[in-house]
Amino acid sequence: MGEHRNWPERLHVVTGKGGTGKSTVAAALALGLAAGGRRTLLVEVEGRQGIAQLFGLDPLPYSERRVATTSGGGEVRALAVDAEEALLEYLDMFYKLGAAGRALRKVGAIDFATTIAPGLRDVLLTGKVKEATTRSQDGRRFYDAVVLDAPPTGRVGRFLNVTEETARLVKVGPIKTQSESVASLLRSPMTAVHVVTLLEEMPVQETLDAIAELSALHIPIGRVVVNGARQALLAEGKVTKAEIKRGLTAAGLPASPAMVSQLTAEAQAHLTRRELEESLRMELTELNRPMVELPLLPDGVDRPALDELAALLMRA
Amino acid sequence: MVADLSAPRLDVDGLLADPAIRIVVCCGAGGVGKTTTAAALGLRAAETHGRRTVVLTIDPARRLAQSMGLTELDNTPRQVKGIDVERSGGELHAMMLDMKRTFDEVVEQHTSPKRAAEIFANPFYQAMSSTFAGTQEYMAMEKLGQLRAGEEWDLIVVDTPPSRSALDFLDAPARLSRFLDGRMLRLLLAPARSGGRSMFSLVTASFGLFSRAVQKILGAQLLTDLSGFVAALDSMFGGFRQRADQTYQILQDPQTAFLLVAAPERDAIREAAYFAERLVAERMPLSGLVLNRMHTTEPGGLTAEASEAAAERLADTGDNPVTADVLRIHAALLRQAEREAAVAAEFTGSFPSVPTGSVAAQPADVHDVDGLRTIGALLALS
Repeated sequence: MGEHRNWPERLHVVTGKGGTGKSTVAAALALGLAAGGRRTLLVEVEGRQGIAQLFGLDPLPYSERRVATTSGGGEVRALAVDAEEALLEYLDMFYKLGAAGRALRKVGAIDFATTIAPGLRDVLLTGKVKEATTRSQDGRRFYDAVVLDAPPTGRVGRFLNVTEETARLVKVGPIKTQSESVASLLRSPMTAVHVVTLLEEMPVQETLDAIAELSALHIPIGRVVVNGARQALLAEGKVTKAEIKRGLTAAGLPASPAMVSQLTAEAQAHLTRRELEESLRMELTELNRPMVELPLLPDGVDRPALDELAALLMRA
Repeated sequence: MVADLSAPRLDVDGLLADPAIRIVVCCGAGGVGKTTTAAALGLRAAETHGRRTVVLTIDPARRLAQSMGLTELDNTPRQVKGIDVERSGGELHAMMLDMKRTFDEVVEQHTSPKRAAEIFANPFYQAMSSTFAGTQEYMAMEKLGQLRAGEEWDLIVVDTPPSRSALDFLDAPARLSRFLDGRMLRLLLAPARSGGRSMFSLVTASFGLFSRAVQKILGAQLLTDLSGFVAALDSMFGGFRQRADQTYQILQDPQTAFLLVAAPERDAIREAAYFAERLVAERMPLSGLVLNRMHTTEPGGLTAEASEAAAERLADTGDNPVTADVLRIHAALLRQAEREAAVAAEFTGSFPSVPTGSVAAQPADVHDVDGLRTIGALLALS
């Protein structure tokens, strides 16, 4: 039991531009951290049911369900947090509303409250994450680690900056207290925000922007995860037609001019792409944050693929 | 080379040249090249078809915005210089949406200056105008309505917001108007409308509980702010609804063409399929699917298996390492093209009558006018 040496934090927040595979990375991290008999919780907050899709399950209800078991009796549980349910749970906990809570839902009060004050929604969502992270049973932590599949880079700063957003509306009372306690967890060494990116211009730009924004908010940054990294080919960095012609002949293949031209053009495009990737990788390196590279999964994401990514993450 | 998608071909030039088409809406999941597609279509409409075109973008990549001369978010169309419109006589203008400013303008239009100042100072307005889920979508619609009402443009190309889900774009105006028309809002407004002093004077049993809970949890100041905001919204209520409904009708009109933009990835295609279903259900004119970043190869060349086997043979001898790598690159490209065609076929299988166009993946990202022109030409060729 206890924490994983390379990933000592208890709350791992995973963000990244849409399409970079942040949900996949979050799931792999939850699996990796659950290895060796540990228990982790994988949380999603945007109602996308991405976890269910990844693990090939029916949509998750608002309860912590086991979605995977790991070596040594470990398990990953998953939770799709719903702001409305979280608010009712919260009100019930503090105010014992009972039937009145259901009545609130009926008049649309909850929808109203979370619509008119989006910051409130985020406090509820992050509040639930905090509760799970700090929950204990028989004097021990219930979860060894919690992995949050967070909103994408463009929204993550606002999402995690809960105090600021609520303070504009709420000056006193338990919601304020709640948001302050969430804020202090998010700014403590127990938390790390990992940013997932591809070696493409927009995701890298958003990664740089998000890290700058989160740093300014004093929220601790963990790793930069480069997803979908491709195998490095043509290390020499150049090709000639003569060389390809010779090679094709040696391999017993037809070496028509058309074929040689086509292969040369494809190789050139690959080199152009790689040069761009190299310069983007440099930009990321200059952040001076620990970086992990995960390979492209051409055949899609299934459990063996997630386990492979989990193993790579744990080694990093 | 074009992938065989066995769907009707999307006639981009026919669409852009048609004087009856006044609005092109590009929609799709985030990160599929929507903004680039919108900009490339706008450029082609101006350069090739001589149309006075405006591109409304929501959140463009910095360098793409710069390439169109958009250096700041000032909420008015700016003419794009340095494009080739001498022969065609067209014009290209571009603007970035400033959500907050558009909201402010709507408020100013629908209420007195004094009331508007009160609304701007209300913390709920501040929160809602910058963060309300759907405000960006709603304001994009509002801006589109404004641009169209001016009759100043031959063609308006809209790049929809990078929503969590592409569907938010269609739902947001309805959500906002449902919200404004909601039972909760009416409950909060009841005393104001009947001239009562306490905002909770006319309450149901459950609402009494609610107000007590709210007082306890959130404090009285918040209630004062909330009631002020709600009363202010109420004064603009009719105007809001009317605008949203008008824009919605424009979207259903044949002057509008919806283009779904997707990348050949499972999530993006799934999103495009949901969106196509919705457009059909809402009787919105769906004109086609644009598949960006397609990988293709010349037909009749080496197969992936043959290339991989040959690369292995070369690797075993240790000679010709460059050719071995070139063959591996070729094999990977073929496999990728195959996967992408299979993913795209999931869409075309479900919507066989939707015309489809594709744009080959570019080795580097597009961030200048030349790049946009190339994309436009590829799209017209496909």
